[in-house]
Amino acid sequence: MNTHLSKQFDLELENIRTRILQMGGLVERQVLAAIEAFGTGNIEEMQQVIRNDREVDAYEVGIDEDCTLLIARRQPTARDLRLVMAISRIVTDLERSGDKAAKIANKSRKVYRAGARRIPRISDVEHCGQLATDMLHGALDALARMDVDAARQVIGADKEIDEAFNAILRQLVTYMMEDPRTISEALDVIWIAKAIERVGDHATNIAENVIYTVSGIDVRHTGPAARKAVRE
Amino acid sequence: MSDLPQTVDENILAVRDLSFYYGDFRGLSNVSLDIAKSKVTAFIGPSGCGKSTLLRTFNRMYDLYPGQRAEGQVLFHGRNLLDRKQDVNLVRAKIGMVFQKPTPFPMSIYENIAFGVRLYERLSKSEMDLRVEWALRKAALWEETRNKLQQSGLSLSGGQQQRLCIARTIAVKPEIVLLDEPTSALDPLSTAKIEELINELKSDYTIAIVTHNMQQAARISDYTAFMYVGELIEFGRTNEVFVKPRCQQTEDYITGRFG
Repeated sequence: MNTHLSKQFDLELENIRTRILQMGGLVERQVLAAIEAFGTGNIEEMQQVIRNDREVDAYEVGIDEDCTLLIARRQPTARDLRLVMAISRIVTDLERSGDKAAKIANKSRKVYRAGARRIPRISDVEHCGQLATDMLHGALDALARMDVDAARQVIGADKEIDEAFNAILRQLVTYMMEDPRTISEALDVIWIAKAIERVGDHATNIAENVIYTVSGIDVRHTGPAARKAVRE
Repeated sequence: MSDLPQTVDENILAVRDLSFYYGDFRGLSNVSLDIAKSKVTAFIGPSGCGKSTLLRTFNRMYDLYPGQRAEGQVLFHGRNLLDRKQDVNLVRAKIGMVFQKPTPFPMSIYENIAFGVRLYERLSKSEMDLRVEWALRKAALWEETRNKLQQSGLSLSGGQQQRLCIARTIAVKPEIVLLDEPTSALDPLSTAKIEELINELKSDYTIAIVTHNMQQAARISDYTAFMYVGELIEFGRTNEVFVKPRCQQTEDYITGRFG
């Protein structure tokens, strides 16, 4: 009994679902490209990421409008309502993640253009980036399949990325204290690492919304025990 | 449902193991639920699910029809309303009903209200005037009718007629008002007025409403009961039923996936 009596309602919901997944795909590519460009120093790739952010913004506006119209015209209830509410929140998290990708690209470009002799902790940041993109990928996968277990795994992974970020921060602070001439590029790398860490937070939010959609339980601001208690 | 659905409020009516028969046909099967005092309880479900049948047992409306009978209990102040010895007129004074189609009597607006009151109370002319005004004010109809109380009730618009019927019902000061699809024959604006009225009335009365309009149930009720083929499938707070129903059948119905 997965279809509505109204075929049109089905189409409208499916269209929103498809678009949010397309937007997710685009944001995921943006984050991957930004982190890769930071590692390789490919300025053209950085600029491409910055340009593409407009496309992400356009998705946000479009999907938001679709959600508003669906609520106005269909008055969705129960799981339909939860899905629409979740999607309208996920749109925001994806748009912010897109902003972070653009920020990473922007800061990377600045670091490389300044002709920094050596970018500090580059492999640590790449590792952090790997964790973040894995989380984002996992969250989008959980969204596509409405998979509570997968969503719960994503949320659990956030701790790792927070620790990785804190490690980078400690090392860079030491680095700056040793040689004040490195402060400028070290700060930029901190911004980049922070942006990556935020992508992990947004992935967590997306996963929490997947759990809400499926189970109706709001696990935001709750501990792991509460999330574990959620059954399908 | 294994356990009895609970309300968190004080209850005024307790339905226990209620079954209803139209001759050999069983229209309700072992329904149990509580109606919370000073709240709005909505009954939803597809046509023929038993929601109107259930509402009609609350004031013994079925007594009018031979061959219809109820088994079980409807407890009101500790007494079983279904008991043969229970005075039906007294029940209907305490538990009033408004029907789908506005049914004003073919008499003046004033008499439409005074008529019912006289069945239960002996009031002086001035007391009756006050009661009529009070009921019309409660039903948000006073301003529109104060200058034409002697005109026929049938001269009013459909929405006004329905509010007159509500005024007539509350004029005898019942404790519970039963509404059987009170707005299904009305336009959206008249519907909005009735819904507003229901919201105002619930501080003084307990309201049970049958509605085909799910969004209406969502808008106006505190509790929602979903029924299907004579059974109570789900009963709970409206906020929960419409966001996170417990039963798949309820979910399929309210999201429009039924059938």
